[in-house]
Amino acid sequence: MLKPTDIANPDYFHKVVDCQWACPAHTPVPEYIRLIAHGRYSDAYMINWKSNVFPGILGRTCDRPCEPACRRSRVEDETLVKGKKEPVAICRLKRVAADYKDDDDIDAKMPKAPEKNGKRIACIGGGPSSLTVTRDLAVLGYEIVIYDQDPKLGGFIRTQIPHFRLPESVIDEEVGYITGIGNIEFRHQRVDSLKAVLAEGYDAVFVGSGAPRGRDLDVPGRKEAAANIHIGLDWLSSVSFGHVTKVGKRVIVLGGGNTAMDCCRTARRLGGDDVKVIVRSGFDEMKASPWEKEDAIGEDIPILNMLVPKEVRHEGGKIQGVLFEKVVAKYDDKGRRSLVPSGEPDEFHECDDVLVAIGQENAFPWIEKDAGIEFDKWGLPQLNEKTFASTHPKVFFGGDAAFGPKNIIWAAAHGHDAAISIHKVLIGENPEERPAPGVNIASQKMGIHEWSYDNAPTIDHRLKVPHRPKHEALKDIMTEVELGFDPQLAFKEAQRCLNCDVQTVFTGQLCIECDACVDICPMDCITFTENGEEKELRTRLMAPAMNPTQDLYVADGLKTRRVMVKDEDVCLHCGLCAERCPTGAWDMRKYYMEMTQAEHACRKQ
Amino acid sequence: MTYIAKPRLHHPSLVKNKAGFTRRDYEGAVSTLCAGCGHDSISAAIIQACYELDILPHQVAKLSGIGCSSKAPTYFVGASHGFNTVHGRMPSVMTGANLANRDLIYMGVSGDGDSASIGLGQFAHVMRRGVNMTYIVMNNGVYGLTKGQFSATADKGSISKKGVANSDSSIDMVSLAILMGATFVGRSFSGDKHQLVPLIKAAMDHKGAAFLDVISPCVAFNNHPGSTKSYDYVREHNEALNRIDFIETREEITTSYDPGTMKTVQQHDGSILRLRKLGEDYDPSDKVSAMKRIQEGMHAGEVVTGLLYVDPTPSDLHANLNTVDVALNTLNAPDLCPGNAALDKINASLR
Repeated sequence: MLKPTDIANPDYFHKVVDCQWACPAHTPVPEYIRLIAHGRYSDAYMINWKSNVFPGILGRTCDRPCEPACRRSRVEDETLVKGKKEPVAICRLKRVAADYKDDDDIDAKMPKAPEKNGKRIACIGGGPSSLTVTRDLAVLGYEIVIYDQDPKLGGFIRTQIPHFRLPESVIDEEVGYITGIGNIEFRHQRVDSLKAVLAEGYDAVFVGSGAPRGRDLDVPGRKEAAANIHIGLDWLSSVSFGHVTKVGKRVIVLGGGNTAMDCCRTARRLGGDDVKVIVRSGFDEMKASPWEKEDAIGEDIPILNMLVPKEVRHEGGKIQGVLFEKVVAKYDDKGRRSLVPSGEPDEFHECDDVLVAIGQENAFPWIEKDAGIEFDKWGLPQLNEKTFASTHPKVFFGGDAAFGPKNIIWAAAHGHDAAISIHKVLIGENPEERPAPGVNIASQKMGIHEWSYDNAPTIDHRLKVPHRPKHEALKDIMTEVELGFDPQLAFKEAQRCLNCDVQTVFTGQLCIECDACVDICPMDCITFTENGEEKELRTRLMAPAMNPTQDLYVADGLKTRRVMVKDEDVCLHCGLCAERCPTGAWDMRKYYMEMTQAEHACRKQ
Repeated sequence: MTYIAKPRLHHPSLVKNKAGFTRRDYEGAVSTLCAGCGHDSISAAIIQACYELDILPHQVAKLSGIGCSSKAPTYFVGASHGFNTVHGRMPSVMTGANLANRDLIYMGVSGDGDSASIGLGQFAHVMRRGVNMTYIVMNNGVYGLTKGQFSATADKGSISKKGVANSDSSIDMVSLAILMGATFVGRSFSGDKHQLVPLIKAAMDHKGAAFLDVISPCVAFNNHPGSTKSYDYVREHNEALNRIDFIETREEITTSYDPGTMKTVQQHDGSILRLRKLGEDYDPSDKVSAMKRIQEGMHAGEVVTGLLYVDPTPSDLHANLNTVDVALNTLNAPDLCPGNAALDKINASLR
C-alpha cells in the first residue's frame, strides 16, 4: 500500500518543478520566466543572480540540464508542434532578463560588504566557482583574496568561450557585480605552492583552479609538426587574449566536445575556409551539446565521425595532413563500447593546422605532496561530497577542480555549497548539517475563475533565437552570433512555460468525490481508486503512469476510504481541477523554493 | 463554470478507437454548470461510452428539453446533431426525428423537472411507443435553475437546503418506465462510472426504448444532510444488483469467469449481455420480479442500481408501425411517386 504523500517535505513539490530540480543551483525557473513575461526583467535577473550568479553568461552558455528535464517536452502534442516535442527555451529566456534589465536598478540592488569580520579567505583560480564563493562570503564580511594566472577574472568563462558566443562586456559586467561588493582583492599571480598560500595565514582556502590541462595527441609526427598542432584549450585562451589572430586556411579539429565546437567556429573566423571536425565516435555519442553541433554545421563545418588519428604527415616539419583509421563501434555483453578497425583503407585529410580538443584533465602540480591534501587514484582530491571539504581542515574545493570537468552551472552550485561549509566551519558549526531550503507557499486563487498566474497553456511550438546572418557573423570574431529574443519573442516563449511551481494541492477531508476534477483534467492525471502497491497502481489509473522517475501524489482522508492518486508526470498545472472543485479540496499553490546560501547557513532542516 | 477552455494537450498514451477518434474527440464545449455538478460526470460517462463503442459522432442525435440537465448535451460529443426543445417536449421531437431518420443514434437527455413534471405525459408515451433511443434522466431531485425547490422525484420526507421536509410522494422514474413499456431500464449514480459507462453502452446498443435514471447530486442545492440525492446518501444506500461486464459480439472476452458468478442475457440481435452478480441472484429479464425488487428496495430505503429490467426481444416503433426500412431522406422520387399505372390500380380498387 502506498503511503500518503508527505507534502510537508520540501523535496516533494521541488521535484515536481522538473527544471528547478534538474538545475545544479536549483534556480527557481518558472518564477523568473513569469517575471520575464510580465516585463519585470530586473526582478527576473535578481532571482537568477542570487541563485546562479552569472545570468548573462549562463543565458548564453549554460549546458542547460533544465531543458531536457522540462515537462513541456513530455506533454506537447506532436501534431500541433511540427512533429517535435520541445522544452521551453529556458536558457535563452534567462539571457532576456540580462539583456533587458534596468542597469541602474540592478546596481542599486547589489549587496555591499558589511564591516569586516576579521577573517580572510583565499580563492585559488578566478573562475565561476571561486567567484561564487567570493560573492557568498564577501557579503558576510569576509575578506577575500583571489589568485589567478590570467590578467582578468573569469577563468574558463573568459579564456575558453569565444567572444562571438559570449561578449567580453557581459563577463566584465557580471564579474564587476561581484568585485563591486567590496573587501575583495585580486592578485594576478600564478600559484605555485599551496603551502605558501596557507603560510599567509588565511582562515580558509578555496581551490577553484579548474581542469586546466588539455589532453595531447600521441601519434607519430606529432612532435615534428608541432608548430602547426595546437592544444585547443591553450589556443582558445591565446585567441581570447589576442595573442593568436590567424590560423591556416585548412584546419582539422580533433575531438567531439564543446571545446572542439568552439575551436572550429573560432578557426572559421580567423581565416579558416576549410575547417572540419574529425571525431573518433559516432555523431550521436559526441559530448558536444546538440545545439553547439548544430551551430557548427550551420557555419559550413562538416563533422566526420568514426575516424581515429593515426599519423601526422609532414615534410621537414611542415605539416601536410593527418591520416585516419576508419573504425566501427562494437559493444560487448556489458554494453561497453570499443572502437575496432573497420578494415577499410585509411583516410588522409590535408590541412595547415590541427587543433587538438580531445579532453581536459585536472592538474595540481602546485599542491605539495606533504601539504595535507589526499588525492584519489584518478588524481582528484579526496573530498566530502556534501561539504566539499578536503583532507586538510582549512582547504575546500569546488568547480572542475573538485570532481573533474563539468560546466559553469555546476561550478556555481559547488561554490554555494563550499561557501556554506567555510562559513559554518569558521563560526564553529558542523558543516555536515546542511541548511534547509527557503519555502514560501501561497494560494494563487484570486476569484472564482481567476488565478494570479496565467493558467491557460499555449500550444505554440518552441521559438528559435534569431541569429546574425552568417556572412556577417563570420567576418569578425568579436561579433556575437546570437541576437537573443526580443521582448515580443520572449513573451511568446515565456508563455510556453507550464508554471510547474504552481502546485496542485489536495485536501482529502474537503473532498466529496464528485469526480469533477477527474472529468475535466485534460491529461487524465487524477484517479480516485483503491490503494495498492505502486507498481500495480500505476497501471490502473485513468491513464497509465509509465514514467517511474515521476512521483505519484497519493492522498487519503476520503469518505469512501479510497485514495486520490495524481500522476505528476504530465500535469499541465492549468488549475482546471481546482477550478471545477466545488469544495476547494484542490487548490493551486505556488511553492517558491530557493536554496539557502551561506548568508542563512544556520537555517535548520 | 470555467473560463478557460480545456487545453488541447492530452495524455501521451491516448489511443484512437476503430472510428479513428480519441476519447478527447468526443468531448463538447467546456461545461458552464456549477463546479461539482453530477451532470458533468454523466457527460464524461457518455463520452467514454461513445468512444468505446467506436461511434461516429455525426451519427448521433442529442435531444433535450429545458433545465440544467438539458444544457448538458452541449458538453459531450460536440460533432453531433442537437435539438433543444420546448420544456418537457423532447420525447415528441425525438419520436418525430426517429420516424424521419431511423439511421441515427438517438440520445434523449432530460432532468427530473423536464421529464417528471412538465413532461411526464410525454415521457410515458415515448416509452409506450418503444422509440429506439437511449433516454437519460439526470436526476437530482431539485429545480437547480430556480434555486432548489423540490422536484417531483424528491423523496417524501427528504429535507431541503433551507430545512423544509418534502410532503409529496415521489415519482419513481424507473418503475414508471418499466410500467409504460420501456424494454431496457437501469439506474445508476453519477459518482460511479464503473457502473454507469457499461450501462450507457448497453443502453445505446439496445434496439428499443432504453431508459436510464442516473442520480446526479446537485452540489449547489441538494447535497446536504437530510437530502436523499446527495453524494454521501447515495453512496451509503446504493444497492447495486449487478454490473455489466461486457457485451459479447462487441468486446473480446479477455477474462474468464466462474459461471456461477455471471448472469447472461441473450438479446434479439444475438448479442449477449454478461452481468456480474453482486450478492443476490437477480434476474433482470423477469419484469414482475424486477418491479417487486424495486418496490422492496424503496421500502427499505435502498437506492437500487444496476440493470433492473431488460426485455431480450424488444420491438421498436418502426417495427410496430411497419415503416419503410430506410431513412426518409434517402427515398427518392421513384420510391415516393410510383407513377400513373400504380395510381390507376389503386383507383380501380376503390371503384
